[in-house]
Amino acid sequence: MATLELPIETYDGPVDPDWCPACGDFGVLKALKQAAGSLGIRPDDMLVVSGIGCSSNLPGFIHAYGVHGLHGRAVPLATGAHLANTDLTVVITGGDGDGYGIGLGHMLHAMRRNLNLTYVVMNNQVYGLTTGQASPTTGLEVVTKSTPRGNPELPLNPLAMALAAGCGYVARGFSGDVAQMAGLIAGGMRHRGFALVDVFSPCVTYNHLNTYPYFRERVYKLEEAGHDPADLAAAMRAAGESERLPTGLFYQVERPSYADREPALADGPPVKRPIKGNGDAFRSLIAAMC
Amino acid sequence: MGALSIGIGGAAGDGLARCGDILARTGTRLGLHAYAYNSYQSVIRGGHIWLTLRMGEDKVRSHGDHLNLLIALNQDTLERHAPQVEAGGWIVYAADRLTCPERLPGKDVNLLGMPVKELLKPLGKVPPVMQNSVLVGAAAHLLGLDPAVLEGVTGDIYAGKPVEVIAHNVDATRAGHAHARQHTAALNTGWAFSRTARPFLTGNQAMALGALAAGCKFYAAYPMTPVSNILHYLAAHGPDFGMVVKQCEDEIAVIHTAIGAGYAGVRAMCATSGGGFALMSEAVGFAGMIEAPVVIVEGQRAGPSTGVPTKTEQGDLNQVFGASQGDYPRAILAPVDTADAFGSVAEAFNLAERFQMPVIVMSDLALAEHYETVEHTDLDWDMPIDRGERVDDVAEADGYLRYRLTPSGVSPRALPGTPRAAHIAASDEHDEAGILLSDVFASPPMRRKMHEKRMRKLEAVAAQLPPPERYGASRPEVLLIGWGSTGGVIREAVDLLSERGVVAGQMQVKYLLPFPTGAMLEAIDTARRTVVVENNLTGQFARYLRAETGHRAHGLVLRYDGEPFTPGYIAERAQAVLTGRSQPLALSEGEARECAYHYIRSRLGDMAWPATLRRVGEHVYGEPAWEARLEGRDDGHDMGLLVIGADTGAVLALHHPIPRTQEAAHGHA
Repeated sequence: MATLELPIETYDGPVDPDWCPACGDFGVLKALKQAAGSLGIRPDDMLVVSGIGCSSNLPGFIHAYGVHGLHGRAVPLATGAHLANTDLTVVITGGDGDGYGIGLGHMLHAMRRNLNLTYVVMNNQVYGLTTGQASPTTGLEVVTKSTPRGNPELPLNPLAMALAAGCGYVARGFSGDVAQMAGLIAGGMRHRGFALVDVFSPCVTYNHLNTYPYFRERVYKLEEAGHDPADLAAAMRAAGESERLPTGLFYQVERPSYADREPALADGPPVKRPIKGNGDAFRSLIAAMC
Repeated sequence: MGALSIGIGGAAGDGLARCGDILARTGTRLGLHAYAYNSYQSVIRGGHIWLTLRMGEDKVRSHGDHLNLLIALNQDTLERHAPQVEAGGWIVYAADRLTCPERLPGKDVNLLGMPVKELLKPLGKVPPVMQNSVLVGAAAHLLGLDPAVLEGVTGDIYAGKPVEVIAHNVDATRAGHAHARQHTAALNTGWAFSRTARPFLTGNQAMALGALAAGCKFYAAYPMTPVSNILHYLAAHGPDFGMVVKQCEDEIAVIHTAIGAGYAGVRAMCATSGGGFALMSEAVGFAGMIEAPVVIVEGQRAGPSTGVPTKTEQGDLNQVFGASQGDYPRAILAPVDTADAFGSVAEAFNLAERFQMPVIVMSDLALAEHYETVEHTDLDWDMPIDRGERVDDVAEADGYLRYRLTPSGVSPRALPGTPRAAHIAASDEHDEAGILLSDVFASPPMRRKMHEKRMRKLEAVAAQLPPPERYGASRPEVLLIGWGSTGGVIREAVDLLSERGVVAGQMQVKYLLPFPTGAMLEAIDTARRTVVVENNLTGQFARYLRAETGHRAHGLVLRYDGEPFTPGYIAERAQAVLTGRSQPLALSEGEARECAYHYIRSRLGDMAWPATLRRVGEHVYGEPAWEARLEGRDDGHDMGLLVIGADTGAVLALHHPIPRTQEAAHGHA
């Protein structure tokens, strides 16, 4: 981990997380604080937006501005806040049910729009807050409370989906490696556009299949395997791996963000501009109606 | 003379909107008031479009019940509307393309068949749609509109088109005007033409302008009739005012981006119709919970479901009241006319920011899309702006509490980015700091106090809202009670009733929530009878009125066929209530004709038209029925008898005529 511009305690929240002991989300919270600290982002200039779920409670456990939104709606909520105040660093945190289930449509559009948002998905392959139903990333034939005879659905591959949707920054972390994850999140925050950081974040209570040991046996780091993050085809191949599980930066490409293309933002964030616009322009609109 | 009504009919793609626009703007530039309503169908070409333009020297508040001048762009229009032209009126059409059957126009109705092809010959090869400009020129002469102003408006309306298109249209209006002047005198309108032009705009435009004047910096929408034009207008002009305009993937995203922007500190608005609002509803309560300001325009159209997408209704009241789970503070405003649409949006932003809550502005297709003249002073750029209590900085030692429990319920807001005020705005119930009242940090009393704090804000809202506007007699025999967009037409109905000797008054409700219970009870006490007038089937407002005041209206005037009210429609039914007559639900002759047209168009193409209608008693078909005699469009030959049940509206029979060959054979026998 790079040296911190701001100490990690800067971001200590008002209350301790109420996650189950050893929940993978603790690692994500720590990595997020480290990422913010490494970039020196002041808590007052950071906005963490979430939906609903265990992992979506994260904004309550970090010292920064936060919105705890409705289930699946973090992306549009963050979109509005970002476009109103592009000076804020906006991070979305949530789970696989929230992001890849109920909120999937929003995520795909945010990717193709290249909104300057960093989305950290704590993917535990199960619905935890509602006590253990199948999620969009639960494996085929896996038994959960809602699939007692085995899950009949193929799991979603979020990384392949993101690559196909035109996401310009696609990465995967693992809660067992906070330092790597912090680097990936910081990279996403620095990235000019939408960044997806999918994280294997084990649910120790409701998922006894995708555990820490399960991932430790399978993960390997792309950066140590000679992967070129500029190579989309290689990224797609890596995303398709299922025996060994690659982590790290799959793909990154620089292109103008949505804000770069938005004419109304040319003169700075709307929230910092005077409330009244151009009176002459208004009067000419009225004149055109006469 | 008072206001005159001009009807323009044709198929979609006939260029009808431009005709109306040119005539209306010529009139308004000359100082007239105008009101235009377009009955259209959701098709690109084909179908029947009918635009009514009413103009006069005094304020015009509805499209009225009359037809004084008909401009027919196709045969269909002549057939349908020629009989509606009133005595002394005119029918203008291209005589070399259309024929007006002699029996159609009423007594003392004048025909002005224009030799369009001949008049256009000097222009060389021009598209057939150029006939419109010739007819507009003729109509302008009949109305006594200054041809120089007409030419100027024509040039403006076609601005941006190739130079020869503009020149041809100007020449065509000039030719039409000159020909009409040669052949007939202008109507004696008595209009003085002050030449002071007023803005002529739609409710959608008024709302968009209201948002710009209020300093709105974020607008989100998903395309949906009847509010898409707000999106188009703001997409075109918003960036000049520093406004970000975002089309989203669905209405759920729309409202959340607006709430996100509002939370982050800009004035944010979104608009939709009933179906989109259904998708938004969970988020409305969310905005109430995190106390984020947002303005939502709900432009109603005929429901349920996709319903009649291009027709009007006031049928979403129950939905808007019922939106979102739980109790939360919000205000619901329903502007009473076009001018008020501008002011209501501006007011909605002040309420939303001062009380940190969602504010819903209820419009409908009729208000959203009809054009109306308003005064310049109605569109006030310098309206007051109240951004509410805000915290811009917090001293190191003072802890900031976003949801501080205050007597007023309003907790000063800190926008993200404010130094030392970081907090969480939570969808879950929370304490003063924003910390979630989860299973771990449960607190029933904190839940109670926070819930009360939010709802307490409505007391101050109620105290600052003005009472509903009263019009007409102070002690009326009948008090017409309306809400929202019907303000103008009900007022004209009150005038009409007064002319007929009925002492009438009007109470038009704009603030639906918080409801002005006291003012309503006082008004009700002044009247002998109350009649609620609303554009829906069940009387949704009447039920709400009863819930809030205990008063059950003596009668209802409802309309739910997709059309907006006219003064005559309201007056006639209000009188029926007064005399204890029940309102028959059977099809009128006009409605039966429209049913016949629908049947013909959807099953027989354009071959036939319902030439005559005859009502027969129930002994023939088991219910009273309308027999429509169908005639061929080409030569008027008998195409059979279409029988429509007057009670049910069902097609009871289609009697085919005896084939002509057979008929001939019989003749020879």
